[in-house]
Formats: sequence, structure tokens, C-alpha cells
Amino acid sequence: MSGADLHLPQMRRLGETKRKDAWWIQPTLVFLGFSAFIVYSTWAALQGAHFYFGGAAGANYLSPFYSPLLFEVPGRAVTGHSWFGAAPDWLLRMWPSFIPFSPALLILWAPGGFRFTCYYYRGAYYKAFWADPISCAVGEPGFRGEKYRGERRFPLIIQNIHRYFLYLAVGFIGLLAWDAVQAFRFTGADGSRHLGVGVGTLVLCINPVLLGAYTFGCHSLRHLIGGRKDCISDCSAARAGAYRGVTCLNRRHMLFAWLSLFWVGFTDFYVRMCSTGYITDLRLI
Amino acid sequence: MPDATFRITTGRGESAAFKDYTTHITEGMVVLDAVHQIQAESAPTLACRWNCKAGKCGSCSAEINGKPRLMCMTRLDTLDLSVPVTVEPMRAFPHIKDLVTDVSWNFEVKKRIRKFKPRAPDAPDGTWRMRQEDVDRVQEFRKCIECFLCQDVCHVLRDHHKHAEFAGPRHFVYTAALEMHPLDTENRLEHLKDSAGLGYCNITKCCTKVCPEHITITDNAIIPLKERVVDEFYDPLTRLFRIFRPSK
Ligand code: SF4
Ligand code: SF4
Ligand code: FES
Ligand code: FES
Repeated sequence: MSGADLHLPQMRRLGETKRKDAWWIQPTLVFLGFSAFIVYSTWAALQGAHFYFGGAAGANYLSPFYSPLLFEVPGRAVTGHSWFGAAPDWLLRMWPSFIPFSPALLILWAPGGFRFTCYYYRGAYYKAFWADPISCAVGEPGFRGEKYRGERRFPLIIQNIHRYFLYLAVGFIGLLAWDAVQAFRFTGADGSRHLGVGVGTLVLCINPVLLGAYTFGCHSLRHLIGGRKDCISDCSAARAGAYRGVTCLNRRHMLFAWLSLFWVGFTDFYVRMCSTGYITDLRLI
Repeated sequence: MPDATFRITTGRGESAAFKDYTTHITEGMVVLDAVHQIQAESAPTLACRWNCKAGKCGSCSAEINGKPRLMCMTRLDTLDLSVPVTVEPMRAFPHIKDLVTDVSWNFEVKKRIRKFKPRAPDAPDGTWRMRQEDVDRVQEFRKCIECFLCQDVCHVLRDHHKHAEFAGPRHFVYTAALEMHPLDTENRLEHLKDSAGLGYCNITKCCTKVCPEHITITDNAIIPLKERVVDEFYDPLTRLFRIFRPSK
């Protein structure tokens, strides 16, 4: 492709622009929002404690950062949510001594990887964290210049793995929906199980709904459902309908990316606050 | 109504610089009107390209207060006239003079995209049948007026000067219109990946923001094309499936 010999205007320096609006607000907000989530979620994942709340009322809330719970944490009350019971010795032996054992670290790579490789998040953090570009029609750091590689070569070419994270993420929605159902199950003082609803139940129910609205608006899913075909209508009516549905959510992908991100963090926060006793979970039914 | 000052790029090459022009503003004026008025009143040699004054020819692209926009569609009552309004030529193309740039690189790029290749006609009279829903998807891309504002704002061209390796959002829209067309049988994926440099796009959506035709360039053209490229070149599972079941 010709073009190497074009006489182009000189590249601008970082932040140089003739824009008069407050172009820096959006990248700043995105930077602060993502940073806050990363800091909180890392801290919460490293705790290895207070991710489950039973309390005097016998609630059954599991933090989404710790779901699926593969192993119980040694030395802590058994939650009954773990898939494989107590943590095996070999795992505890392998665990680095400078961080407490936390089952969250065994699973968070999947939803984390899903969001990290999401098309919306990519565009947003390339801007807010790497200033590439920091905002539209605003100059970039000079060192990148013509050395820019984009997602064309290593390392960012790996972003193309996104669809595999999608397959995992769909599974996670099922697991979190199951946790929401479990949050209706209260245990009485005598050990009997009964249906109940606390504020935490509602918090845990909203979580998979928002995550679903985010995940089912995924660009890779849209491609899988119909984007890869030139004739969507040739296929079954179900496929055409599903394509329309995914497209509808896809238009609001950014909105649900933020809402679900906030809510998953808030759900952990709520369970944590209940478990540490800072909040009393209000029983509604 | 008041007077307003326009800070316009004038001259060519190294000597190009901003010059202030003040002119009288009346209701309903757009930036292109002001430029024309300035030409008539005080700068008869001021060069600017325009044609329709209706946002349909794509000729009057410029950068107004730093944002790539059509001069004929930017109403003055949407701008702050208490300070000078800057009007510059596009930055992603070679400058010719004043507000005019040389956009011919775009036409060279377009020539390299494989043409529409329809399947054999569906009916004996040489016609085809398509479902509305399938055509709707590519219809959006056909609204493009080739203003090249998306090319101008795209940092891959503007800030990284990848003109030799990157076709730019306008040409991804064009390719998407052909590639997703229900009658088309051509395959442009290798071209997209290699010579058109689709991977350089880091989906930061500036092109979508500036498009005067409101084409959802990134979400509806570029990302779906990226996904098709992943199918063809990067996803081991789809490649495996294709061995057993040849694709469309
Ligand atoms: S989304 Fe891609 S093509 Fe559009 S402006 Fe950004 S980098 Fe350029
Ligand atoms: S896609 Fe939009 S911005 Fe780009 S050339 Fe076409 S009309 Fe202009
Ligand atoms: S594109 Fe955002 S989740 Fe897949
Ligand atoms: S003059 Fe035709 S688009 Fe502005």
C-alpha cells in the first residue's frame, strides 16, 4: 500500500490538541473507575476470609469473587459451598508463603481475563492507561510514534483469545445464578432449611442479571450467533431472533460493562460487610 | 447578532500559520458560511473545498476547535463565539494550501480492495433474491459520504503515520459492506489481516464518534471483521471444525 512517501504534518506531542472541551475528563474517570476496581478486587481476593455470610439469621450469601469456591479455607468455618471440600495438602504446600491461602485466586483469572480482553474494555484502557490515544484528536506520547504495533503483533495479538474467555464467562453466569438461588435458602436455629429473602438475596440476584446483560452483549457472541454468516435469515428463526437480541444488548455493552463491574464489586463488599459485622443484613421475608 | 473571530490555517508548507478573521454572524450560519463570507470580505485567496453544503458530498472536512467535522454541518450557535473558533485542515493527509488537503491516498487504498463478486443469479432472468434483514446490515455502511473524517481522527494514521500498512476505518466500512453482503462470494480476510492492517486498529472508537453519517464503524464494521479474521487465522477450534465441515 502506498503512503510511506506522503508528506504529513508533524506528529503532535502528548496532550497537544486544539480541542477546547474537557477531553481529559473521560479518560480520567475511566482510569479512576478501573483503578478503584482493580485495587478493591485484588485486596478482597487476597483476604481469603469474610467471603461468606451465614450470620444469626442463617443466611447463605457467597461473594462472587469466591464463586465457584473450589476449596474451603483451612481454619475457617465451613461454608458448604466448596466443590472439592478441604484444600488438599499439595496445594497448601505449593501456595506462596507471602500471601494467605485464598480460593478466589484460583478462579478470578477467568472473569478477569474475560474483561481484560473485552473489546469495550480494551478500547477504554488503551486510552485511559496507555494514552493510545489519550483522547480523540489529542497527541500521543512521542516515543510510540511510528513504532506503534497495535493489536497486530505480539503481545496484543493475544487479545484475539477473547472468545475462549467468553465460553468460560457464560459458565460463570450459571454459577452465579445458582449462588443467587442459594441466597434464598436460610437455615433456622434448629438447622431446618426454609425460604427467605434478605437484602443480600436481592444484591446476589441483581449480580447475574447485570453480568448476563454484559456477557450476552459480547461482540464475540454476536459473531458466533450470526455475525459470521452473511445470511442471518437463511438460518433458523431462532438464530435470527438471538442475533437481534445480542445486537440489542451489544449496543449497550459499555453501560452493562460498567454496571456489572460495579455490582460484582458491590456484592462482594456487601457480603464482606455483613460477615465482618459492619452491616446487619435486613431480612425482608 | 455579534461578530465572531475565526482562527484559520492559511498558507502552505512550512509557512502555514493561523490567521484571525473577524466577520459578522447572522442566525442559522454554519462554519462554511463564515469561511465563505471571509473569502468574500477579506481573504479572496483563502482555499477551501466544498460542494453541496448539505452534508452529503463529504468535501468540506476540517478540524473545528480541534475536532474533525464537516464545516457545512457545524452550526455556529453550537460553538462558543466569545473566543476565536479555530479552523484547520485535516492532519492525517498531506497539506496543500489553507484548508485543503490531498486525500488522494484514500482512493489508492480503495482500489486495492477486491471488488464485489456476486454469486450466479437466482432466477433465469438474471436477478437475485435477498432478505431485507440481511441487506439491512450492510445498508448502514452504504451511507458513507467519503468525507474521510474517520481517517483523519484515527490515531493509527494521524499519530502513527501507518499509511503504508493500514487502510483506515473508511476502508473497513467499505470492506464490511462487501464482505457481509449476502450475494458476495469474494474473500477479503487475508487482505484485511495483512495489507490492510486491521490489527492496528485498537478499537478506541474515535472514528465512530466523528462520523457525520453516524455509521457505527467500530462496533458494526471493524469488530465483526476482526472476529472473522480470528475465525480464519487465529482460532484453532474453528480451523479444526472447518476440516470436517467446509464453511459457506
Ligand atoms: S476504532 Fe480503530 S479505526 Fe477507529 S479510530 Fe480507533 S483505531 Fe482507528
Ligand atoms: S465512514 Fe463516516 S466518517 Fe468515515 S468517510 Fe464515511 S461518512 Fe465519513
Ligand atoms: S466484547 Fe465485551 S465481553 Fe466480549
Ligand atoms: S459541502 Fe458537501 S459535505 Fe459539506
